[in-house]
Amino acid sequence: MKSYEILGQKDTRSGFGAGLHEAGKLDSNVVALCADLTGSLMMDAFKDEFPERFIQAGIAEANMISASAGLAIGGKIPFAGTFANFATGRVYDQIRQSVAYSHKNVKICASHAGLTLGEDGATHQILEDIGLMKMLPNMVVINPCDYNQTKAATMAIAKYDGPVYLRFGRPKWPVFIPEDMPFEIGKALMLNEGKDVTIFATGHMVWKAIEAGYALAEKGIDAEVINIHTIKPLDRDAILASVKKTGCVVSAEEHQMNGGLGDSIAQLLSRELPTPMEFVAVNDSFGESGTPDQLLEKYGLTTAAIVAAAERAVLRKG
Amino acid sequence: METSYTVTSMATMATQIRRDVLRMVHAVSSGHPGGSLGCVDYFTALHFHFMKHNPSQFNMSGNGEDVFFLSNGHISPVYYSTLARCGYFPVPELATFRKLNTRLQGHPATHEHLPGIRVATGSLGQGLSVAAGLALQKKIDGDASTVWALTGDGELQEGQIWEAVMFAAHRKLDNMIVAVDYNQKQIDGSTGDVMGLTEWTSKFLAFGWEVLEMDGNNWDDIMKVVPQAQSKLGCGKPIVIIMKTEMGMGVDFMMGTHAWHGKAPNDEQLAKALAQLPETEHKDY
Repeated sequence: MKSYEILGQKDTRSGFGAGLHEAGKLDSNVVALCADLTGSLMMDAFKDEFPERFIQAGIAEANMISASAGLAIGGKIPFAGTFANFATGRVYDQIRQSVAYSHKNVKICASHAGLTLGEDGATHQILEDIGLMKMLPNMVVINPCDYNQTKAATMAIAKYDGPVYLRFGRPKWPVFIPEDMPFEIGKALMLNEGKDVTIFATGHMVWKAIEAGYALAEKGIDAEVINIHTIKPLDRDAILASVKKTGCVVSAEEHQMNGGLGDSIAQLLSRELPTPMEFVAVNDSFGESGTPDQLLEKYGLTTAAIVAAAERAVLRKG
Repeated sequence: METSYTVTSMATMATQIRRDVLRMVHAVSSGHPGGSLGCVDYFTALHFHFMKHNPSQFNMSGNGEDVFFLSNGHISPVYYSTLARCGYFPVPELATFRKLNTRLQGHPATHEHLPGIRVATGSLGQGLSVAAGLALQKKIDGDASTVWALTGDGELQEGQIWEAVMFAAHRKLDNMIVAVDYNQKQIDGSTGDVMGLTEWTSKFLAFGWEVLEMDGNNWDDIMKVVPQAQSKLGCGKPIVIIMKTEMGMGVDFMMGTHAWHGKAPNDEQLAKALAQLPETEHKDY
């Protein structure tokens, strides 16, 4: 089992900001829009270096999304950023019609996703965004796990021609992905190989899945840990290959159980390879105010919860 | 488009487009003839005279040419007929309108790759924002061509319209000319009855736009006011034309009512309507 070194504690939104800045240097067609949250999305480096390509859209998200589609028609690569709540639920129809159905090269960049937004409470803690976005035909859905992966993903989607939903978060979080690792859209990332159970995790829960793998090893369970950073398109080959080997599954995500990563995996397995599966996710509930750690604990998104789910899954193999 | 169209020849084309609109919606017993008929003259004037565009070589980006967006996508019949008649796609394809596997979807869409369409519209309020986005791209890239857009007046009830109106003024998008189809009718009745705030000129002025008013069914007025709007391009403000039209224009029993907003004529009504609009040299599809 590989032991991962924590390279630092950084927020994934800063990874987005750094990746956007790099993407802007590499391609002069990259433009960035923001709905009055430039500092929160760490877009200042891009804004300062490319002021003519930074578009302040004001607190008017619907217009921001549709105007991004217009910019894309003319050949720009718009990165439209705001909080995940306002980047999805508030503008679902704009994304559906102006972007996804119209197949526009717009990158929807959603920060402060999930419970780890913390004290602002449930009005801002969207837990349904992955589901909303993955249901849209043409939409690619990505939820990277740390600063380095978010930076690399941001640069990668600039080179991909089509609509993308990129989800990231607010809190400082362990950085463990190597800085130079390229990001491959739709390609699952093997973090630890094992034979007893597969843990598929996305976003902030990936680090907790790695920790769970260590804890399970001490209990004599050899867990395979795989990072599914791209929820759509799902890397079906990697998932099926792992599950054929381990025979049971845990999914872990900072999202509703309904409509999330676990849902996508369960749908694949029910068709191709019916397998005992446990879900670590928010169970049909809104969040609330609190610190990120308090909220993850209260809503069952912890290393211990993944360990317990893995143990249940292994028992169900029979 | 290189054009030799005069007002007389455009009026003839407009009559043919009105026939197309009626025959298209009749064939599938669905679609939106009322608003389409009201806007035929403006569509004809733009696409056959004012716009600098390349119908035979459709380019999605619209770089270096004028681009038109239909924000009130439900009047797709007039849009499709105009696009076909000016050369974006073959005229006989109008017969596929709203039928299975058609490129002429009920509301305009890019999914089937119909030349001339650059974004899906129909969910009201979005097309104006898309137009503003393309106008901004043209500004950033130093492209001097014009972005044209049409919205309905009922559509101005959508909140997103006013987001776009603020955005365009703030960004000084003086390379876009928007027309509002001021026919004062929507599905449930008159716009005044549905949502009574209809003083559009003062509202657009307050938002920092150049505002002109025009009779969109009067060729003399169209040929006077549109050039006035064009003369204001580059002056620092986006431009709107409050364009008074008559829903159902050209067919006596479809005028003066909102009943034909989204209703197709039956066989008898079609015959009666077409009798008022004799077939032209351009021929029915």
